[in-house]
Amino acid sequence: MAERVGVYICHCGSNIAGKVDVENVSQWAGEELDNVVVSRDYEFMCSSLGQELIEEDIKNEGLTRVVVGACSPHLHEKTFRKACSNAGLNPYLCQMASLREQVSWVTEDETLATAKSKAMISGAVKRVLLHEELEPTEVPVNPHSLVVGGGIAGIQTALELANSGNPVFLVEREPSIGGHMAQFDKTFPTLDCSACILTPNMSDVSSHPNITLLAYSEVEDVSGFIGNFHVRIRKKARYVIEEDCTGCGICIEKCPKKVLDNVFEAGIGYRKSIYRPFPQAVPKYPVIDTESCIYFDRGTCKACEKFCPTNAIDFEQKDTYIDIDVGNIILATGYDTFDSRKIPQYGYGRLANVFTSLEFERLCNASGPTDGKILLRDGVTTPKSVAIIHCVGSRDTRFNAHCSAVCCMSALKFGHLVIEKTGAEVHSFYTDMRPTFKDYEEFYHRLLEEGMHFTRGRVAEVTDAARQPGEEGKLIIQVEDTLIGRQRRIPVDMVILMTALEPKPDAREVGLKFGISCSMAGWFTERHPKLDPVATMTDGIFIAGACQGPKDIPASVSQGAAAAARVLGMIMKGAVEIEPVVATIHEERCSGCRICNTLCPFNAIDYVEDKMVSVINQALCKGCGTCVAACPAQAISGAHYSNDQIFAEIEGLLFDVVQGNGSKPVVEEPEAVPA
Amino acid sequence: MSEKGVLALYWAASCGGCEIAVLGINEKILDVAAAFDIVFWPCVLDGKVRDIEKMDDKSIDLCFFNGAIRTSEQEYMARLMRQKSKVLVAFGSCAQEGCIPGLANATTKEAIFQTSYHDTPSTVNPDGIRPQTETEVAEGTLYLPFFYETVKTLGQTVDVDYYLPGCPPEPERIWDAIVAILENKLPAPGSVIGAETTVCDECPRTRDEKKIKEFKRTWEIIPDSDICLLEQGLVCCGIATRAGCGALCPTVGSPCIGCYGPNEGVDDFGARMMTALASVIDSDDPEEIDRIIHEGIPDPIGTFYRFSLAHSELRRIALPANGGSDAKLETAESA
Repeated sequence: MAERVGVYICHCGSNIAGKVDVENVSQWAGEELDNVVVSRDYEFMCSSLGQELIEEDIKNEGLTRVVVGACSPHLHEKTFRKACSNAGLNPYLCQMASLREQVSWVTEDETLATAKSKAMISGAVKRVLLHEELEPTEVPVNPHSLVVGGGIAGIQTALELANSGNPVFLVEREPSIGGHMAQFDKTFPTLDCSACILTPNMSDVSSHPNITLLAYSEVEDVSGFIGNFHVRIRKKARYVIEEDCTGCGICIEKCPKKVLDNVFEAGIGYRKSIYRPFPQAVPKYPVIDTESCIYFDRGTCKACEKFCPTNAIDFEQKDTYIDIDVGNIILATGYDTFDSRKIPQYGYGRLANVFTSLEFERLCNASGPTDGKILLRDGVTTPKSVAIIHCVGSRDTRFNAHCSAVCCMSALKFGHLVIEKTGAEVHSFYTDMRPTFKDYEEFYHRLLEEGMHFTRGRVAEVTDAARQPGEEGKLIIQVEDTLIGRQRRIPVDMVILMTALEPKPDAREVGLKFGISCSMAGWFTERHPKLDPVATMTDGIFIAGACQGPKDIPASVSQGAAAAARVLGMIMKGAVEIEPVVATIHEERCSGCRICNTLCPFNAIDYVEDKMVSVINQALCKGCGTCVAACPAQAISGAHYSNDQIFAEIEGLLFDVVQGNGSKPVVEEPEAVPA
Repeated sequence: MSEKGVLALYWAASCGGCEIAVLGINEKILDVAAAFDIVFWPCVLDGKVRDIEKMDDKSIDLCFFNGAIRTSEQEYMARLMRQKSKVLVAFGSCAQEGCIPGLANATTKEAIFQTSYHDTPSTVNPDGIRPQTETEVAEGTLYLPFFYETVKTLGQTVDVDYYLPGCPPEPERIWDAIVAILENKLPAPGSVIGAETTVCDECPRTRDEKKIKEFKRTWEIIPDSDICLLEQGLVCCGIATRAGCGALCPTVGSPCIGCYGPNEGVDDFGARMMTALASVIDSDDPEEIDRIIHEGIPDPIGTFYRFSLAHSELRRIALPANGGSDAKLETAESA
């Protein structure tokens, strides 16, 4: 039976019709193209009237295939597929030609645009004739979820899911949850005590019956697909038996070894070799740092073991592995800060009184190494003047092109704290002031009134080389004040560098492990930057917080809650539909060469040792076609993108070039002469 | 076949290896002789084209035709054998894909003539004489076949019923094909008689995930005897090459060069090899990738299209008439 194709050309208002002679294209398709029995043009195909047009024609004209020449399939492929299935036609028997994005918007000449539209429609008709009926499959969703990262975004996600009655595993790499927020002193613009608002949520996590907290642990391996992930987690040895430890802290008190704390105290404070990152740490159990521990170094000491009242120290403890099954995974792995040593002219690491923003947070924090006193590196002197340099590693194409989003507000917060605690003069050197959200601009005005000085300009240099009287013993800021167009030298006692927020250094590997991609900079890529910011291209994997891009606490919390809502939607529905546009390995043709094994961006390909062939997990496959192209034996086929379909489309596109079925001979040869 | 069947074997642009391969079935050739009357086999038996011309159409049951189509004589013979044969088998790589003769499509007829009749050190041709299709001598006119610009496969010249791959086909596979023909257990017309998977399937080496930092030439390393040669950096075409040889070369440490042609359903062997290798080069740095490819694969056509240039999507290098810039196209008259 000959296929009956309906062709529909959308005007898209004047978007397409303004450049393409849509009536002409539609009439031409109806007269010239084989198998086309209906060809229409309509002002807005995506409107309900436009869709009804298709539905009526399928019923009345017996259409077996549909071609819609309109916008990009990204926008309305679902719409027209749905129209087809409403009328009882398999939705995959519909093909779109992008006459807007690929023709009218990008073609100057109207004649050429009309000709190109004809070619696109011809290609789509040739292709749709070879389409096959495809059916989506349904898989159940495991109600357990995994949250990776125990900062404020991850905590929020875990609590939202757990409070809804669903079990959650929360994995944190560090010994305690809390993330960067636990390091901060105050939050902007309300100046709430950061720890005071965070720790209640932390203890909720630790006591929640639906949350299994796996701190000091890392995800080793992820397999499976949406609704049915299998995850292996490595629980790193703490050398403390959690069941026996009461968290009394005697071991920490008795430990004779003090080391610089480069993580929680940002390198300006100390901790013991057996330690808790901070007093309110969750979980409360300490951990032994084997690199600095005297026993692990020399085999003697064991002070912690001797004094532990419950015999909870175990030097023989080994890493353990936990296998869990979850339906959805939320990554909230956070950010890192820029290494200020990469800008040597700012003197960090060379000039003692140049601090990073994270160091300053610890300096201000009442539980920090100076008990909240703002002091110079000598630990006794209070600064009389402080410079705050913005955009250190941000908005700088040598390092990070992006704006780190939080630093303007942090800088204002620092200015306020310095003025409040020391009365010192505070100078801000900014690129642009960006206090963008609720009550932020007001906070900026508050600082203007408090007397903080603002100089617009990127600092050239921080130096201790005095040139003028009054500069001796000071750090001098050399800067062009771009508002007055003059070079200035401003001597200060202390400099704070507002370091950029950067992706975690292992973000790409983590992304690969979970089958999601990163931007060029290394932030996890969301499914849609506007309309789907917490989902990823891998179904069942969500992202929340600063791992997706720099953001402040309220934005991170919102994303955590949003991701939880998305996961809950999936859990409540109980099952998900899997797109049938997937690749299949034909076992009889697969020689098990394993070329495809590392290529799949979604980890959908496994090698079956005993059969010596590779297989594709169709629930994981996104139909991207990478493996189809790479398979040297052509043992992999991609549904909806078969060679025949693609060649037919090309042949259709070249309708005015190609004669007959084959291509023209390369060069005409003379007739054969008898031997 | 109630009576004995009728068999013909012919060779066009080929090396003669296919003929030897037929004899490689050893004493089974007697079984072939028992089953068939061999009416035409220029390599082995005396025979005349005019005798074939006189036969009724379709009076030959089976014709094994090896060799590519390079000259007008070969094309004439291809058409003749097609006309006279019920089943025409493109026998071996030259007939199927063009093979080594097809590599001539990487140059031009003029360049070939220039080299053969003028430039080679052993050529003495002070008058610059070139062969002509017609030459008048005292006794009359002498004819030579016309030498085509482009080498074609048998399938590009006439309809072919079956393809038997290999350079040359392995004797066991030839025997399998003969048995299949005798027992009438043939696949659909137009198919390749052979395996549906690739050489890796028969290769005893252990295989792992592939990540290639550097391609090596065979003289650069002594390969480990157990590990996949491709993983050791040797460009082994076994991943893309139809099984059937028993993985003879990789088994003894020499990378597969692709003589058994592409796997079932593949049109362009070289394109398959290139997309496969491109996808496992272990680098994200465009400059490093360029270096890996240029240093490791100095001869891409010879590496990826050694056997299949004439059959590939591109078939040959571009000629000036078709947009090429370097090549000079000569006319039929100047030949």
